[in-house]
Amino acid sequence: MVSGLINANPVVYEKKERRQRPASIPDADEYSAEAIDQLEVFDHVRDIKDPEHPYSLEELKVISEDAIEVDDRRSYVSCFRVTFTPTVEHCSMATVIGLCLRVKLMRSLPSRYKVDIRVAPGTHATEAAVNKQLNDKERIAAALENPNLVDMVDECLAPSYA
Amino acid sequence: MDLDDEGSNFELKEIQTLSGHTDRVWSLAWNPATGTDDAQPVIASCSGDKTVRIWERSALTRSWDCKAVLEETHTRTVRSCTWSPSGKLLATASFDATTAIWENVGGDFQCVSTLEGHENEVKSVSWNASESLLATCSRDKTVWIWEVMPGNEFECASVLQGHTQDVKMVKWHPTMDILFSCSYDNTIKVWAEDDTGDWHCIQTIGESSNGHSSTVWAISFNAGGDKMVTCRKHLSTLSGYHDRTIFSVHWSREGIIASGAADDAIRFFVESKDSVVDGPSYRLLLKKEKAHDMDVNVVQWSPGENRVMASASDDGTIKIWELATSSN
Repeated sequence: MVSGLINANPVVYEKKERRQRPASIPDADEYSAEAIDQLEVFDHVRDIKDPEHPYSLEELKVISEDAIEVDDRRSYVSCFRVTFTPTVEHCSMATVIGLCLRVKLMRSLPSRYKVDIRVAPGTHATEAAVNKQLNDKERIAAALENPNLVDMVDECLAPSYA
Repeated sequence: MDLDDEGSNFELKEIQTLSGHTDRVWSLAWNPATGTDDAQPVIASCSGDKTVRIWERSALTRSWDCKAVLEETHTRTVRSCTWSPSGKLLATASFDATTAIWENVGGDFQCVSTLEGHENEVKSVSWNASESLLATCSRDKTVWIWEVMPGNEFECASVLQGHTQDVKMVKWHPTMDILFSCSYDNTIKVWAEDDTGDWHCIQTIGESSNGHSSTVWAISFNAGGDKMVTCRKHLSTLSGYHDRTIFSVHWSREGIIASGAADDAIRFFVESKDSVVDGPSYRLLLKKEKAHDMDVNVVQWSPGENRVMASASDDGTIKIWELATSSN
């Protein structure tokens, strides 16, 4: 797909320095008393490959650590809000990127965490429509039963499992 | 009566957890013909594991067991299941774009009919009170009405267009042949048949006046059929009680509204004695936090026993509960 790329010349940024991950990965332990913080969530998603370019979402500044917020208003349910910034306003890959974020976090975080995903306000032409789809559990479930879409997502997620 | 007594203490007692499904449980339905002295209660549940399970409570042990697994029919998630009013047939709606009709033939559930026609995922199915009509809805934005013919034949009577997005749920009015559909387009549509036998939309209930526009996931009628509760991100008229998506709502015969939401909680509401001039108001009777380990997708009151309820969740389980008053 050489011609017809939505953003043929993306700006590529330097990666942020990484902190060492502890030896045991907390996401495997459902009952870990340790709360998961923004940086940990960011570590799960920073290396996801952009669907169109051989760069990570971090390198393209689609996702950053600051864009992950903990919502701890309620003691009985733990929520994160992940905001991502598509590289161009009319990016038709926005829903795919959002889906990649959702799938990676679904597979990496304990099931007690709720995740809301949105595009950064003002950065996409059909922001409301994209956000609505990405947060409709039933639509996400149906989409993930589409093998072609799952293959595409898995390809983007492959570098993030290191 | 204790519901009116604001000082009554209620608690939700967990009776049993039913495990078996290997993926999230989307929905369940109590068989309306069971739960009496002669017939032990029966529940059908459906799941992302592409199967439907039939559960029955043993008369002897009072414990629930899985009696049947209906598999190898749907090829994708089974999203919704509902018994016919007589309890003889079970309809199951699937992401595989079909609706299957099952009959209990001597203890064995057989698929006796498959309804095809929707272009993509079927989300919900509902029988009318007299069992003469079936309605289905889909992400293809349409609602189909099917006539129930002798010999388990189903004929498409009408394809209703009007919603501009994915239709999430259909529900017939409890006594009249009026159909309600709720959608990702944030509206509820009301459909009725005219004198010439044509079905059309007689009303569209739009977004609430307080500006909250969101998908309508489910609706439920009270016993008399004169009131309806709907759920979006907030329960209509009960704003602020849930702030994650409410997936299911069910009105009991007695007037208790149960709701299940994406915050893993189950809530119960009743009409408040301090009714305001322009209509009744509702108050929270009880909130059960962490009713399940994950999102609660469905809540359904038992048709037979008083204040007994079932819920199902993304955690793959079904739970049977009793809403009891705690003696103080």
